[in-house]
Amino acid sequence: MKRSCAGPLLSRRATLLAGGALFAWAHMPRFAYAAAGRDPRLIVIILRGALDGLATVGPIGDPDYAALHGKLALSLSGPHPALPLDSFFALNPAMPNFARLYGAKQAAVVHAAATGYRDRSHFDGQDVLESGYPGPGHVATGWLNRALASLPAGERIARQNGLAVGFTTPLVIRGAAPILGWAPASSQEPDDDLGSRVLDLYRHRDPALAQALEEGMTAEKMATDDGVNGAMMKPKANFGGARGMALAARGAARLIAQDDGPRVAALEFDGWDTHVAEGGATGRLATLLAGLDDAFVEFEQGLGAHWKDTAIVAVTEFGRTVHINGTIGTDHGTGTVVLLAGGAIKGGRVIADWPGLKPSQLYEARDLNPTVDVRSVLKGLLADHLGLSSATLADQIFPDSSGVKPLRDLLV
Amino acid sequence: MTAANNDAALIAFNRFGLGARPGDFAKAGDDPRGFLKSELRQPDIALVSYDDSANSNLLTSTACIEAAMAAGYQRKLDRNRLAAAIAAQADTMAATPPPAAAPTQENAPQKPDPSIESQLFRAEAQARLRKATTAEAGFVERFVYFWSNHFCVSIAKNNIVRAAAGAFEREAIRPFVFSRFADMLIAVERHPVMLLYLDNPQSVGPHSRVGRNRGRGLNENLAREILELHTLGVGSGYTQADVTGFARILTGWTLAGREGRLGEPGSFVFNANAHEPGDETFLGKVYPAGGMGQAEAVLNDLARHPSTARHIAVKLARHFIADDPPPAAVAKLTSVFLDRDGDLRALALTLIDMPESWSTPMTKMRAPFEYVAAIRRATGADPNQDPRQSIGWLHVLGAPLWQPPGPNGFSDLVSDEASPEGLNARLEIARQAARRLTDIGDPDDLAAAILGPTAFEETKQAIARAESKQQALALLFMAPEFQRR
Repeated sequence: MKRSCAGPLLSRRATLLAGGALFAWAHMPRFAYAAAGRDPRLIVIILRGALDGLATVGPIGDPDYAALHGKLALSLSGPHPALPLDSFFALNPAMPNFARLYGAKQAAVVHAAATGYRDRSHFDGQDVLESGYPGPGHVATGWLNRALASLPAGERIARQNGLAVGFTTPLVIRGAAPILGWAPASSQEPDDDLGSRVLDLYRHRDPALAQALEEGMTAEKMATDDGVNGAMMKPKANFGGARGMALAARGAARLIAQDDGPRVAALEFDGWDTHVAEGGATGRLATLLAGLDDAFVEFEQGLGAHWKDTAIVAVTEFGRTVHINGTIGTDHGTGTVVLLAGGAIKGGRVIADWPGLKPSQLYEARDLNPTVDVRSVLKGLLADHLGLSSATLADQIFPDSSGVKPLRDLLV
Repeated sequence: MTAANNDAALIAFNRFGLGARPGDFAKAGDDPRGFLKSELRQPDIALVSYDDSANSNLLTSTACIEAAMAAGYQRKLDRNRLAAAIAAQADTMAATPPPAAAPTQENAPQKPDPSIESQLFRAEAQARLRKATTAEAGFVERFVYFWSNHFCVSIAKNNIVRAAAGAFEREAIRPFVFSRFADMLIAVERHPVMLLYLDNPQSVGPHSRVGRNRGRGLNENLAREILELHTLGVGSGYTQADVTGFARILTGWTLAGREGRLGEPGSFVFNANAHEPGDETFLGKVYPAGGMGQAEAVLNDLARHPSTARHIAVKLARHFIADDPPPAAVAKLTSVFLDRDGDLRALALTLIDMPESWSTPMTKMRAPFEYVAAIRRATGADPNQDPRQSIGWLHVLGAPLWQPPGPNGFSDLVSDEASPEGLNARLEIARQAARRLTDIGDPDDLAAAILGPTAFEETKQAIARAESKQQALALLFMAPEFQRR
C-alpha cells in the first residue's frame, strides 16, 4: 500500500490542481466538524523504545518522586530547573516549546497512561500500541489505518491518502487504506543507536570487530560533522535522532499543510530505550526530548493556518521503572505519559488520576501504576476529531475494547 | 580471538555455506558433513540452466559478446552521425543555435533504457542471487564463488566483459567445479571473456603472418597471470623467459570479431595467422610447434604441477578455514590434488571431511557476497527480487559483483573485510535490510533459527533488548555469529 516518495504525490497534486479542485469544493461534507468549517489533521508520533514519563513530566508534588527517580528526577531548583505545568507536575526543561504551547492552552499531558499490555517486551508492546488489539500477535494492520478505512468513502479525510514518514511504514498506519510514504533525505544518516549497541556487543564478544567498528564510526561522524558548507559545521547532538525528528516533522508538515495533502499521518521516532546514562534535565533523554520539542515547533510553524485544526498525539509502548537502575538509567516499566499538542487540543491541562509512588501504589512494586488506558485517549481523539462512532471504535479500531471508554473533551 | 562457537551446524551453514534460512538449521543438525555432501551428489547442481524459465533472459557468452559488439558499433555510428549533423548545421545556420525547448515536468527527458550490456549484467546478477537464495546449504555456490574469484574477470574492463561476465562464470566455472582442475583451467583460458580481460586478442606472434605484416607483437598479460595467479603462484621458480615463451605459445588464442571473418562473432577462435610459429621452450621443456595444441599441452602440464597443487591448496584452506590455515590442512589438500589429478570434487570432499574444518575457530569474516546472500536467505527474500539493491550493497561493501580491483580477485583476508569502513558499510546494510522488512515475526525466534542454539548470550540479549523489531533484526545481521565464519 505504501507508495514511493515525492514523485507520485507531486503528480497527483498536479492532476488535482488542473482538473479536480472544483470537484473537491463541490463535495458536501457530512460531518459536523466540517459543517463548522473545520478540516481536521491528526498526527500520530510513535516513540519507540519506551519513554520515561517520569523524567518527561515529573510529579514534583509527589513526596516520593525525588528520592525514587534519583539523579533522573526533575526539580524546580538547581542549574536546570524544570518548567512547572501546575502545582504538581513540571516539564523537562528540554521542552520549552511544549511548555509555551501548554501555556497557550494548545498542549496537554495525560499521565500514568498505558495500553492494555502488561509485559515488558518492546516488540510486543509496540505491536499492541500500534495494532490497537488488546494483546500481541496482530501485525497486519494498525488502528490509524483502520480508522482511515472506516471513514465514509468520499469523505474529505478518507479521500486523501494517509502519510507515513520514514523508510518503513509504521504498523500503526499499515492496512487497506492507501498510504503515501515520505522520508527526509537526511534519515539516510544513521539516526539511531544501532552502532553503539553493536559496538557494545562486539566489546563483549569480538574485540577485533569492536576496534574496527569504533574507528569506522568515528571517521563517519567526523565526515558528517565536517560537512561541505558552513551550515553543516555547527556541532551535532550526540544522539542523531534529535535532529532527525525536526526534519521529519518539517517535511511532514509541508505535505499535510497542502489543501489536498494527507489529513492523517504517522511518524516514528527511535531511541527512547534509556537503560544506561539516561540523564534527567540534561543528557541523553533530554536531547531526545529537545528533538521532539523541535518537532512540535516544526508542525506548528509548517501547518500555518491548519494548526488550529490539528491534533498531534505522541505515544510510546510503555514506561520505565520508577527506581533508577545500576547504570543511571531505567528499565522497562508500565505507566508513562501521552503528549498532546495542536490548535485543536483543549490544552493547558495535565490529565491524571495520580496513583502515587508509595511501594504499595506501584505496579508490581516497580512501575508507575497506569490509571488511564492509552486507547481511551486515542478513542477520544478519533471520536471528537474525526467523527468515528463509539461502536466502530470499540470493535473495528480497537477490537474488544468496549470496556475502554473514549476520553472525551480532549478537543476545543 | 572471537567466536568460541563450535556448533557444527553453524559451521556447515556459515563456514561452508551461505547461511541458514528460517527452518534450515535442523536439516544440518545431526550430520552436518552428510548435509554438505548431499549437495554435491545432486547432478548439475552448480549449473544455471537455460531450461529454467526464470533464466529465459540469459544468453550464451557468444550472443552476449556479439550483442555488446553490435551495440558498441551502433553507438559509434550514432556519435559520428551526430557530430556530422552538428558540423553541417554550424555551416548553414551561422552561429545562432535554435532555442532549446525549456524542460518542464511534462516533457522532461525520459531516462533512457539501460544499455543491452547493463540489462545482461543485471539478468546475470539476478540469476546468481537466485541460486544463492535458493541453495540448500550453499556450499556448491561457495565453491563456484571461490573458483570464480580465482579465475576472475572484471566488468570494469569494457562493455563486452560487462555483458558477458556472468555468462563466463556459467560456461567456464560452473560446469567444471567438480571436474579436474585441468578441465576448468583450459575452459577458462580459452574463454573469450578471459582472453579479452587479459588482452590476449592483441598479443600477436612477432614472426606470425599478422605480426610480420603489421609489425605487431606480444602482450604478456595472460601468460603472466596464468602462471602467477591461476596455476603455479608467484615465486614458484618461473622466469621472465618462461613468461615470454608462454606468451608466444598463447598467441592466436582470440575471439571472432563483429564482422565474423574468423568465425561466429564473439566465439573463441584460434587464429593461426597470429600464432608464433616454431617450437618453444618453457620451464625447461620443449613444446613442439602445433597450433593451439601447443598451449593446451602447456596448460595441461601446469595443471598438474606440484606448485599449482600447493598454490590451490593454500587458497582453498585460507578461504574456507583461516587466513593462516593449519599446515596439516594445506598438506592434505595438496596431496589429494596431486594424487587425484586435480579432482575438484575430491578436494571439496576433503575439505568437508578434514577435522581442521570443524575445529578451527571461526575467525574469518563472511565475504561481501556471502553477507548479502546470507541476509537475503535469513529474511526469506523472494529469489526473483530485483537485484539492484543487492548490487548496490556489494558496491558499498567494496566488492562490486564481477568487478575485482585486479586479476588477483577480491582479497580473501579477514583484515580486509574487518576494516573500519567495511564494518561501517555492513552496519548501514544491516540497517537498510532491517528497514525494508515490514512483516517481521519475533526477532528472537528468527535469531534462534538463523544462529542456532549456540548463539552467544550477549547476542541474544542485545536482540531481545533492541528497542524495535527493525533494530533487533539489524543487530542479528551484525552479530559476530552472523559476520564470522
